[in-house]
Formats: sequence, C-alpha cells, structure tokens
Amino acid sequence: MRLLYFAWVKEKVGHAAEDIDVPRDVATVAELIAWLKTRGPEFAHAFDQAEVIRTAIDQAHVQHDARIGDAREIAFFPPVTGG
Amino acid sequence: MIRVQTQDFDVGAEIAALKAGRTDIGAIVSFTGTVRDAHGDVTEMTLEHYPGMTEKELERIEAEATERWPLQASLIVHRVGTLKPGDNIVLVITASAHRDAAFDAARFLMDDLKTNAPFWKRESGPHGDRWVEAKTADEDATVRRHDR
Repeated sequence: MRLLYFAWVKEKVGHAAEDIDVPRDVATVAELIAWLKTRGPEFAHAFDQAEVIRTAIDQAHVQHDARIGDAREIAFFPPVTGG
Repeated sequence: MIRVQTQDFDVGAEIAALKAGRTDIGAIVSFTGTVRDAHGDVTEMTLEHYPGMTEKELERIEAEATERWPLQASLIVHRVGTLKPGDNIVLVITASAHRDAAFDAARFLMDDLKTNAPFWKRESGPHGDRWVEAKTADEDATVRRHDR
C-alpha cells in the first residue's frame, strides 16, 4: 500500500510517500492511524491530533471510520486551504 | 474545464475564449482570488497540492455545479507553486443564459473548492514560515449550501 503525506503532516513525518505492508488486522483509517503512531516519535507527533487530520483513499475524501479494503493509495493531510 | 498550473492567467482572455463563437450566453460571472498581505508580513506564498486528486476533485465540483444550475460553460483555474502578494491564485468563471445561475454557481464552485480541493498554503515572511490554517467559515459555507 502506498501512503502519502502532505503539508505539515509531511513535514512532521519527514517524507512525502512510502510503500508499506500494513498488518492484516488494521481494518479502518482510524486503526491505520493508531498503528502508524506506534512506528516512531515522528509519526506519534504528526498524528497527535488525529481528529484534525483528513484522509483520502484512492484520491477520494473519506472519514476515519472508512474501511481500508484493498486501497492502493491512502493520503493524510491537514484541512485544505486552497482558493 | 479545469486547470492546475504554475503560470499566471489572464481573466479577460479566459472569458473571451469561453464565449468565443457563442450567442447563447447572457451572463458571465468571474471570481479571482489573489495573495493577500493584510499585515505586511507575507513576502511569499507557496501552494502545495495533491496531483491527481486535485484534478479529480475540481472535475467533481464542476460536474456538480453543471448538474445543479443551467450553465453554458464554466472554468476553474488554480495555481500552484510560489506566489507573491498581489499574484492571482484562483479563477472561477461561470456562464449562463441569466445572471442568477451564473452568480450562484460561481459561489458554489468557490465554496466547495475551498473545503474539498486538496491545496495547502504556506506563507513566508520576516517572522518565518507558517501553514495557513483552515477557516471554520469555509466549512460553514459548505454546510449552509448543503442545508438549502
């Protein structure tokens, strides 16, 4: 699975993208975030206020209770500020 | 039509291209968003985005507007990269037979873009860099729209 990070999430994590094998018991976005936070202090820091972070699965917005299923690409980012 | 680009746009040229050869358009509304330096502390603004998803979201937003209002044409142009105060950021143009649809659709396009299109602004100035925070008012605008 490919994970992408944008804006300050990317800065806190320290990189923009990675390919990763997610444990099979990680079923939802919320569970994925909880698992990511165990991967190191930079992830714990980036996802500290998890409720603020927005998520997209295969380039479509989803809520944190969304199931990951067979997602190819999951992106994490702050609330958007375009326009 | 939607475009994401680093280069500037010319509002007059875009409107001219949109209505070229057409006589069914009676109203054209354009909105231009520009880089603001209200307090004299912004020297640069950098726009980051999510290539691929950005285009999908803008196309979805435009399709939704076209479904809700009788539009003859529409255009969304959003710039990315490093900009300076006064520079253009975003352009929305809507064209319809009558003004109501053009006004309402233009507002809808901007409101939806501001809450859903994956762009992030970073301001640089003499006091350092900071990510611009999302405004609750933008979220409220989208809620207001969905309540209608």
